[in-house]
Amino acid sequence: MADDEKTTDARPEHPTPLRGPDEGIPAHPKGKVPGVGADIAALATGLKTTLGEFFSPQVTLEYPEDKSPRSERYRGRHYLRRYENGLERCIGCELCAAACPVGCILVIAAENTEENRVSPGERYAKTYEINMLRCIFCGYCEDACPVQAIVLGPEYELSDTSREKFIYTKEKLLEPLPPDVQARLQSKAKET
Amino acid sequence: MSGIYNDPIGHWVVVVVAIAILLFVVLTATAYTVWFERVALGHIQRRPGPNRVGPWGLMQLAADGVKLAFKESFVPAKTERTLFVVAPCIAVAAAFLAWAVIPIGLWYNVQYWIADINVGVLLVFALSSLNVYAIVIGGWASNNKYSLLGGLRSAAQLISYEMALGLALVPTFMIVGSLRLRDIVEYTVTWGPYHGPIPLILLTPIGFVIYLIAAVAETNRAPFDLPEAEQELIGGFLTEYSGLKFVMYYLAEYVNMITVSALAALLFFGGWYLWFVPPVLAFLLKIVLFLFLYIWLRGTFPRLRYDMLMRLGWKVLLPLAIVNVIVTGTILVASQG
Repeated sequence: MADDEKTTDARPEHPTPLRGPDEGIPAHPKGKVPGVGADIAALATGLKTTLGEFFSPQVTLEYPEDKSPRSERYRGRHYLRRYENGLERCIGCELCAAACPVGCILVIAAENTEENRVSPGERYAKTYEINMLRCIFCGYCEDACPVQAIVLGPEYELSDTSREKFIYTKEKLLEPLPPDVQARLQSKAKET
Repeated sequence: MSGIYNDPIGHWVVVVVAIAILLFVVLTATAYTVWFERVALGHIQRRPGPNRVGPWGLMQLAADGVKLAFKESFVPAKTERTLFVVAPCIAVAAAFLAWAVIPIGLWYNVQYWIADINVGVLLVFALSSLNVYAIVIGGWASNNKYSLLGGLRSAAQLISYEMALGLALVPTFMIVGSLRLRDIVEYTVTWGPYHGPIPLILLTPIGFVIYLIAAVAETNRAPFDLPEAEQELIGGFLTEYSGLKFVMYYLAEYVNMITVSALAALLFFGGWYLWFVPPVLAFLLKIVLFLFLYIWLRGTFPRLRYDMLMRLGWKVLLPLAIVNVIVTGTILVASQG
């Protein structure tokens, strides 16, 4: 019991009340008391404001038709890039898979041979899959890639009809990049 | 054309056809009032409102109606079943019955209304007071504390504002000398060179202001929508209602809104008279303007606290209405000798 009392005492003190018990109701602030005229004027001001809003241009973006502009650094779905001669950039190093915080990237590498040259390096990605249901679009894979093979594009409307369709395979990831992303990557390459 | 009214069978044919047309017109008008309200409120909040179903969203209400009609007709356990079902019916029936006596216009000597009775205004008010039964009974029968509170609030509110509403119109009746809506609209004055109908607001401006405020309270519209008060009472008397029974309350609310707009146009703005505009169109135009006013009020003002509502009703509107009656009476007696 004694312990209980202690805990009640240990409670933080009640904050200082705005008005003490014997202070009474403070006097009405001196000055002009707004009359009926002021009240009606206030109502009229309200009505004027809403009518002004009624005739102002709307701020709604009607989504499927209009889309809000996205930053050029927007991180949407992934793309695997190719060199200009058609070879894949990816060398199958699996650094992206290692960097991925949720482990949604699967890379299985294979050796390039003289007859079957897929990428300029020693190895290439035989399998490259991203589980888009797991991906958190952090962009670490893009940072980790030593050959700038994987980039995040601007698309964010990725809904689909089955879980299987969210496993993006290499064929899907190798689709050509949208032109604006290409332009961004080229300007970035020039800077570095 | 006027001969057909005097023939007993012809009269009934005309009345039945008129009822059918009026039901259709009022139902359609109600649907588009809801659409109009949603679009207007949207514009006040700088968004487009419903615009997906049909051109400019005009079929939105058809979609909503179909959705609500196919919903399960749910009655919660431990409700007073009969009353629970009857209450929304009272609301709809009372709302539609009022339109029997509202004159829509007089065009080429054809009357566009069903009954031209000599106490038209009284009948409209009698029927609009029936709405309180719908709300109180519905609120009580729901066996839900929120519904009951909503119903009780509604009863207190409607009784308080009914008095002010009735008294606000007394000067109009005193000036016109008739309760027949047609007589009120066709009230003519001779002011110097002008001889013809006038909007009665010129003679009863205070009555109009009281009517306007009391009518918003009568129809349970914002800022006097305390019976619904979704933030504190969930949905008030509507809490337990869903599907078609909910639609009936909703429909009644909007029909009542059109009714009070129509009455405002008839009693204060000369009904179907408006310069050269065709009578029925002029009347519709006035109703639409009043509906916009109601929507505008809803989009602007926050809901009144309950004690404020009572104070406004009993301490401001009611004394004002009584003074208005006394002053108008004195002026009338003085001017008529």
